Amino acid sequence: MAIDPVVLFFILGLTAGLMRAEMRLPSAIYEFLSVILLIAIGLKGGIELSKQPFVDLLPDITAVLAMGFILPLLAFPILYYLGRFKKADAASIAGHYGSVSVGTYAVAASYLASLGIAYEAHMPLFLVVLEIPAIIVAIVLVRGISKKTKWGQLSHEIFLGKSIVLLIGGLAIGWIAGEESIKSISGMFFDPFKGVLALFLLEMGLIAASQVGALKRYGFFLLGFGIIFPIISSVVGIAAALFLELSIGGAVMLATLAASASYIAVPAAMRIALPESNPTLSLTASLGITFPFNIILGVPLYHQIATALY
Amino acid sequence: MKQYSMKLVTIVTESILEHHLEDDLDKLGIHGYTIVDARGKGSEGMRDDFWSNQGNIRIEIVCDEKTSDTVTEFLYKHYYSDYAMMLYVSDVSVLRGKKF
Repeated sequence: MAIDPVVLFFILGLTAGLMRAEMRLPSAIYEFLSVILLIAIGLKGGIELSKQPFVDLLPDITAVLAMGFILPLLAFPILYYLGRFKKADAASIAGHYGSVSVGTYAVAASYLASLGIAYEAHMPLFLVVLEIPAIIVAIVLVRGISKKTKWGQLSHEIFLGKSIVLLIGGLAIGWIAGEESIKSISGMFFDPFKGVLALFLLEMGLIAASQVGALKRYGFFLLGFGIIFPIISSVVGIAAALFLELSIGGAVMLATLAASASYIAVPAAMRIALPESNPTLSLTASLGITFPFNIILGVPLYHQIATALY
Repeated sequence: MKQYSMKLVTIVTESILEHHLEDDLDKLGIHGYTIVDARGKGSEGMRDDFWSNQGNIRIEIVCDEKTSDTVTEFLYKHYYSDYAMMLYVSDVSVLRGKKF
């Protein structure tokens, strides 16, 4: 099977970064690319919402929400007892791994599209739903339900982060406008999706390569966790997909969502909510280990696991 | 031309704190400051704007000595233990003393 070119762009970025090539996309361009990806994913989900009543999706959403609470609770004891991380660090890393990465989601979508495998079109809704629960779990693990946590300020941080706003905004626009009228802007968001993703991944490769220095400092446990835990999560995701009777494509998407780790929304929230946790630790794991693993090997692997279990 | 002695408080810290610090400075009665993006190297390792979350900012405040003490004490108490932050205070002269 041919390798998806977007993955090759990621490998190019990774290699160039590791060799310290003088290459970097301007940060404004990177931001722009991520805005297009987020809106495009949101719009796709919104169009689907406009076709079926929202109420029909409530059981699915509830199950996926539950998964969002379970995953960090699974990760925390491994990090705390086995990895012997400090409590705040263990909780913060668990929060990262319970949440999701939009970049990884986009790669899985591109992977399935290139194989011609369909998946449930309301999947972007799950992407939104899975961003948040893990953050709450991480905070409660350290602080308990303490009155000292400034939930008001924190919810502003979480719900008004750019990824949530753009995803939900895209969903809303797709939902309100509907499939026909969205066609007028598809030239901006849908047609260039893979090209945008390729450039986005080029930059992500460079960023992942920049994490290698920190990786050496934190050693093998984090490396092992960053690879093995996503595989465990993917099985949880596939189990949830079986329970919800999703298609095989849906199972691959849900497995990828479960396996991916956040590197934008959660780091920002953790920095404010659990400032004593070490941000380099969790970012190294999610960005330096798990993201490359998922992009290059994880997604096809989850496809195989799903095929075996279906 | 007459010049007035003032303090320049320079803060280098994580860009994620920008909006929080703006709120704090407002509450401390600081009406003017300048913020620029920054990158460099320190005890937290290399910090640059690779990532909008991970970059640094530099905040400059010109104020009188009393306000400078209030600000430094506040920041030390609230941010120094958990965030990458450093600040230094220097003497500067300005042309319009009343402005600050």
